[in-house]
Amino acid sequence: MDKFGVAQSQKYDVYASRLLPREEYFTSGHRSCQGCGEALAVRWVCKALGKEAVIAHATGCMEIVSSGLPQTAWMHPWLHVAFENTAAVASGIEAGFKILSRKGKWPGRLPKVVAMGGDGGTSDIGLQALSGAMERGHNFTYICWDNEAYMNTGIQRSSSTPYGAMTTTSPPGKRSIGQATWKKNMVAIAVAHGVPYVATASPSYVFDLYFKIKKAIETPGPAYVHVLCVCPTGWRSATDLTVRLGRLAVETAVFPLYEVVNGKYRLTVEVPKIRPVKDYFRLQGRFRHLREPEINFIQRQVTSQYELLLKKCEAAYPEFPVISHTEESQEGA
Amino acid sequence: MVEKVEKRAIVGWRNLALGCAILEAGSSTQLLTGTWRLQHPVIDQQLCNRCGLCYIYCPDMAIIKTPAGAYEHDLNYCKGCGICAEECPKKAITMVEEEE
Repeated sequence: MDKFGVAQSQKYDVYASRLLPREEYFTSGHRSCQGCGEALAVRWVCKALGKEAVIAHATGCMEIVSSGLPQTAWMHPWLHVAFENTAAVASGIEAGFKILSRKGKWPGRLPKVVAMGGDGGTSDIGLQALSGAMERGHNFTYICWDNEAYMNTGIQRSSSTPYGAMTTTSPPGKRSIGQATWKKNMVAIAVAHGVPYVATASPSYVFDLYFKIKKAIETPGPAYVHVLCVCPTGWRSATDLTVRLGRLAVETAVFPLYEVVNGKYRLTVEVPKIRPVKDYFRLQGRFRHLREPEINFIQRQVTSQYELLLKKCEAAYPEFPVISHTEESQEGA
Repeated sequence: MVEKVEKRAIVGWRNLALGCAILEAGSSTQLLTGTWRLQHPVIDQQLCNRCGLCYIYCPDMAIIKTPAGAYEHDLNYCKGCGICAEECPKKAITMVEEEE
């Protein structure tokens, strides 16, 4: 089951839960809120990583809830690092393993190096280290848990918060609509670095998430996966709607699921009919103050962004030129 | 078991490992989060078609597959979020209020 990678996944059209591995690498007893979408995402990402992985995790919700000092919920070797240097620590681990292997002091396969961080630790505070690690081309995977605000300190806005959302530092009122800026496009930033594998995923589409993580860790060189995690506490939604909200985010094209392999965009979950964003907003208290004209404005923006994405998927040329090292050496020989 | 964890939660600095490392992996299973619950799920095994969606979508890993193939809740860890009841295609799971 552990070898059930991307190659085998192409053979199947339908997936059943019994195909998935049973071992849990993220154990029960973590202290997350009821209905935490992030814990669900972590659970499936850890399963997809398999046994051989080292994780460097930024400060954030998931670090707080999973590693209260006498206990830990992680089965992997796991490091807690500060907000700023997650990607830097991961690149250090990767370089260390490379040296050990070169000196013959590490028998067998090298473990996968994974860095994880919340949206604040990725798109605000840790962006500099992440950009550096991507640029240096370390063989690691960066996974961003995007719950669209700083939830564990009390719902402050981050650059990943969508337009119009209520947070404690962007309160709506007479002169404010809530969050006044659009969500930062972290995926486009990662693509602009020339990263070989970039993807968006959602725990509501577990099989999609699972195989994207498999693909990311099998890719040589850096990979970036952006996971949208529903947060019932911060989004002011009911705890039992977590999975449905994640699905609605994809169905309304607010958060389309796609991957960028070597600069080539491809939609992985194609929604037959795009639903209006109102369906998605209605279930969340953080968008409660939005009126009809504002929702129409957001709808126009979401539609135009989705159309742009579809155009990128149809484009004949990739976002950046890809030069294969193997071909070069063949020409030289 | 809960008392034991509460005692363990206060660790003197002499008993800490170097660098505050936690030497035992997955030790959070000692913390029974089921005590937070306000409502608990009840599964109707007659309606259940063993699709396993509740197992997939549980964020607390509180759904166990029995050797017979049925799915059961581990009420030691279930926080009562209700995702399993919402996602069940057969509506075989209902949430019942906790009683003191």
